[in-house]
Amino acid sequence: MGVEIQVNDLTKSFGKQLIWGDVTLTVPAGEICVMLGPSGTGKSVFLKTLIGLLKPDKGSIIIEGTDIASCSERELYEIRKLFGVLFQDGAMFGSMNLYDNVAFPLREHTRKSESEVRDIVMEKMDLVGLLGAEDKLPGEISGGMRKRAGLARALVLDPEIVLFDEPDSGLDPVRTAFLNQLIVDLNAQIDATFLIVTHDINTARTVPDNIGLLYHRHLAMFGPREQLLSSEEPVVRQFLNAQRVGPIGMSEEKDADELAAEAGQELPPLPPIPLQLDPSNGTPRRSQRPAGEWCRENGVTPPPGSFESSNAGLAPGV
Amino acid sequence: MSTSLSSRALAPIGIAGNLFAFALDVFRGLFRRPFQLREFIQQAWFIASVTIIPTALVAIPFGAVIALQVGGLIKQFGAQSFTGSASVLAVIQQAAPIGTALLIAGAGGSAIAADLGARKIREELDAMMVLGIDPIQRLVVPRVLACMLVAFFLNGMVSVVGVSGGYVFNVILQDGTPGAYLASFTALAQLPDLWIGLLKALVFGLIAAVVASYKGMNAKGGPKGVGDAVNESVVITFLLLFVANFVLSMIYLQVVPPKGG
Repeated sequence: MGVEIQVNDLTKSFGKQLIWGDVTLTVPAGEICVMLGPSGTGKSVFLKTLIGLLKPDKGSIIIEGTDIASCSERELYEIRKLFGVLFQDGAMFGSMNLYDNVAFPLREHTRKSESEVRDIVMEKMDLVGLLGAEDKLPGEISGGMRKRAGLARALVLDPEIVLFDEPDSGLDPVRTAFLNQLIVDLNAQIDATFLIVTHDINTARTVPDNIGLLYHRHLAMFGPREQLLSSEEPVVRQFLNAQRVGPIGMSEEKDADELAAEAGQELPPLPPIPLQLDPSNGTPRRSQRPAGEWCRENGVTPPPGSFESSNAGLAPGV
Repeated sequence: MSTSLSSRALAPIGIAGNLFAFALDVFRGLFRRPFQLREFIQQAWFIASVTIIPTALVAIPFGAVIALQVGGLIKQFGAQSFTGSASVLAVIQQAAPIGTALLIAGAGGSAIAADLGARKIREELDAMMVLGIDPIQRLVVPRVLACMLVAFFLNGMVSVVGVSGGYVFNVILQDGTPGAYLASFTALAQLPDLWIGLLKALVFGLIAAVVASYKGMNAKGGPKGVGDAVNESVVITFLLLFVANFVLSMIYLQVVPPKGG
């Protein structure tokens, strides 16, 4: 049914360079969250800290009562069994074919017989559309297939939390759309907690229940999708609508001169909020909220044209 | 300024400490079950296959050079009948373990560093840890044991090839008599000489594999990082091997009295 991740006051730096500080958020159980941020703001570092591959300087990450940031190595290996992680390039073991890759966690952690392993592996391969490619080596297939194979391996132990590191990087728009649909369908099916790290705003606008934005070494905002998409906060607004006007510059933040030059400029109006992506069988996910609910409850008027179509305010191709 | 200078000056000590901590982790992983037998056999086979032929080819001139050098020297002293003995001592105690170690480090160690380094930058090692599997136990321990095993056997091979090479050169080029060469084997050489040679080979195999694994698993910065890791692992291993050889030889010469001394 998914597990909640509580992040308190998390700070990470490499040497003297602060990556991000005082990040506090709760990833609700069973929901899909997207963590956004300009390139180089430490999104992947955040993900690696969540699974204990990197130690934060301070703060805590509580999962089922265990603090990942301070627990022992043994506890860490135990708690990681709750996780499924899709790495940027799939991180398939180069010396094994896809079948052995996907079967690897089962063979290492369970005492299942080879025929049971086979059933589970085939089911997951079918889920990601890779039936028939089991005998291929990771070097022989395309990046998109590697990602899907990585996803199959991440799902094989029935994880409670699934982390995606840039699932859409290096994929064409069609494959990205398919992968997003797959993510939504999966969440409807297994009810696990999903956290997606990306900088693709089409994904961010349509897939998640919650959005977070990392910017300038801190968490700029974290909340329900509609809250961020209707937000007037300059950083959030600039990033989610891919505009040049705003505090984010080509390299990190703009300097005072550039900001002063922009001062008089009228910001383009907020684009309409698209409908959330539904699972392909049409039944809403358990954690899905009705369109426009958050805006009504909080007295926010969504931009005109919102919730009318599933691709409002998106770049073409989706 | 002064802090950055001192931190830079102390950095090598930090690296040495990390390497030692890594070696302890490997030692702990040695006793963790299940033992990765398959990986161990595959690695032993792989390391053997990349080292056997080069080692044999290096061993022949190695033995020959020692035979020529020692033979020439001994002739000047007028003690030709001890040529065989001197050559056995030099080959078994020094040349065999060092020759083995250079090839284990150069061929086996560089392959290990490259393999683990590539896995590191492709995030395979991270993926493994996330799947709840400790790469030290799963990948490094079998490699270290495989390296030690192969070093042990290669040492035997280099000893045999080196001594035969010395024999051929002594008998054919230096007009030594086969009987004198063989008979003098036991005049100065003794059984502990063989044990120290084998012990050295085991220690050198251990050092080569641990350094190569450490460097590979800490590779960073893309494909160039893997190349750097391989390069550094070979250089560091060579340095450590010669230091270790010096220490072991010194202890051995103190502890075991030379024959007839």
